[in-house]
Amino acid sequence: MPDTRVRRTAALSTGLVVSAAALAAAALLSLTVGAQHIPFGTVMDALFHPNPDNGQHLIITESRIPRTVVGLLAGAALGLAGAVIQAVTRNPLADPGILGVNAGAALFVVFGISVLGISSLTGYVWLGFAGAAVASVVVYTIGSLGRGGATPVKVALAGAAMSAALTSLTTAVLLTDVATFDQFRFWQVGSLAGRGMDIALQGLPFVAVGIVIALASTRSLNALALGDDVAASLGQNVATARVIAAIAVVLLCGTATAMAGPIGFVGLVVPHVARMITGPDHRWLLPYSMLFAPLLLLLADVLGRVIANPGEVQVGIVTAVIGAPIFVALARRKRLAEL
Amino acid sequence: MPAPSTLQAEGLSLGYGDRRVVTDLTLEIPRGKVTVIVGPNACGKSTFLRGLARLLPPSAGAVLLDGKSIHAAPSREVALKLGILPQGPIAPDGITVTDLVSRGRHPHQGMFRRWTADDDNAVAAALSATGTLELAARGVDELSGGQRQRVWIAMALAQRTGILLLDEPTTYLDVTHQVEVLDLLVDLNEAEGATVVMVLHELNLAARYADHLIVMKSGAVVTAGEPSAVLTESVVEEVFSMRCRVVPDPVSRTPMIVPIGRHRSGDAR
Ligand SMILES: Nc1ncnc2c1ncn2[C@@H]1O[C@H](COP(=O)(O)OP(=O)(O)O)[C@@H](O)[C@H]1O
Ligand SMILES: [Mg+2]
Repeated sequence: MPDTRVRRTAALSTGLVVSAAALAAAALLSLTVGAQHIPFGTVMDALFHPNPDNGQHLIITESRIPRTVVGLLAGAALGLAGAVIQAVTRNPLADPGILGVNAGAALFVVFGISVLGISSLTGYVWLGFAGAAVASVVVYTIGSLGRGGATPVKVALAGAAMSAALTSLTTAVLLTDVATFDQFRFWQVGSLAGRGMDIALQGLPFVAVGIVIALASTRSLNALALGDDVAASLGQNVATARVIAAIAVVLLCGTATAMAGPIGFVGLVVPHVARMITGPDHRWLLPYSMLFAPLLLLLADVLGRVIANPGEVQVGIVTAVIGAPIFVALARRKRLAEL
Repeated sequence: MPAPSTLQAEGLSLGYGDRRVVTDLTLEIPRGKVTVIVGPNACGKSTFLRGLARLLPPSAGAVLLDGKSIHAAPSREVALKLGILPQGPIAPDGITVTDLVSRGRHPHQGMFRRWTADDDNAVAAALSATGTLELAARGVDELSGGQRQRVWIAMALAQRTGILLLDEPTTYLDVTHQVEVLDLLVDLNEAEGATVVMVLHELNLAARYADHLIVMKSGAVVTAGEPSAVLTESVVEEVFSMRCRVVPDPVSRTPMIVPIGRHRSGDAR
């Protein structure tokens, strides 16, 4: 029995290394492919000896590197957040949006455009983050009222109700304000385009803290997966574990949404794909989700640039188009892993 | 396994919201013995057991583990002394038997304490004690009800607590597997001196396997003690509202309840 454990650990570790290598390759691809094809050698040059007078170098350093970094950060954040939220709610269909994160971010962004006249992407980032945080705190608080504290079902219901309410408010503003609607459209479809390094750097600390909290929670998520009573019997403080996990989800998903807009399906689909490899052990499931999700996001972004060259299709659309069939296939293949 | 701790309820009241289910209960669980709780449906057996295991906070009174309030103690410290297997636990989809049993080691690990040979030994011992060693690599969702129940008990055993509480560990099992699970728990009690407390439905098996029997009705203890002293015709009639004969079990000499119904009950009717 110890042998099988050792062998399994070796296999899963190898898988992680392979995934990391694939992710690195996808990142290089994302630097190479675009409206203007830039040879791999030039990309390397731009990476290690950037020359500000070279136009191709400028495309790499000013546009493609930030966009790739945002893709890596947002992807890792969405994958982790999805795996954590599915574990905490014990709901295989939960995606991070279940906490009202996307709806809250959207409402704040619309409010910022329409009332405060904000038009910079950096402004959207902070508004989006504030909206995500406020919505999820409200959802969590409502969900923990009454008997039994924040049970998964109550939180899910509160999240659904809150999302519906926030979305109708957003729609009300957009319907009465055409100028806002025009600006909002571009944020609303998740995209990695036009993100500067400043946005990546603003998001980085939040994502980093979120990753640390999430990866430190793997043991308690494993306990929670057995149900509240068994988890408590094993000495796990259930309420604390839930709150900590929720904080990680808000940090991760809020930041990803703020940086790239609402990107669907990544947080929902990726943990299921990862679970097929790792099984239900969160000590492996979380790292795999954290690598698979940015891989999917970067490839989707590259694909969006290739199919519409010289224009591009926003990554939020590509992930939905790729993600939906994957999800249907998973659902058909076997009943979705019940958590 | 550590020597079992003492476990007492003192003026314990439990409920849900405003609703009181268990009222002012004071008793001591005999150390190193098998205690069985019986009583009619919805009389508060599960509630009492969950209260004993600090899964439910008391509305009044206290549960004392080694003389100290169980709710004041750190969760992990309690989990090293007392484990509970609730009724009908649900395993994560796709989990293997070894994986599930390994999770019983949770309180023995920490953020910086890695898996050790001790953990491996505890898991192996739990698997072999429950006869699930040959199932080790299988998925829990492929197992029969009886096998699955033994795997959950193995998980609780891997926790290696001196006190083990179980809520209806034999429900949904056929009689062969019921006896098998109960024998297994007595093995644990005899081999390791563990305190076992369980809720059982089957009165005759309860009387046979209990050293100490607690009879509950409407959230209160009607009587408690050795089964032969406790399970009388009048107690059964009072608690279960059913007339019966009590005869010695021909196999174990413990009390055996023979119910008297309106039909097919001969002259006793
Ligand atoms: N989670 C709960 N919320 C509200 N009432 C409950 C809950 N669990 C049990 N009860 C009620 O408490 C009473 C005792 O239930 P329980 O302890 O499960 O009885 P038993 O295990 O003896 O069948 C029942 O009336 C039941 O409806
Ligand atoms: Mg019960």
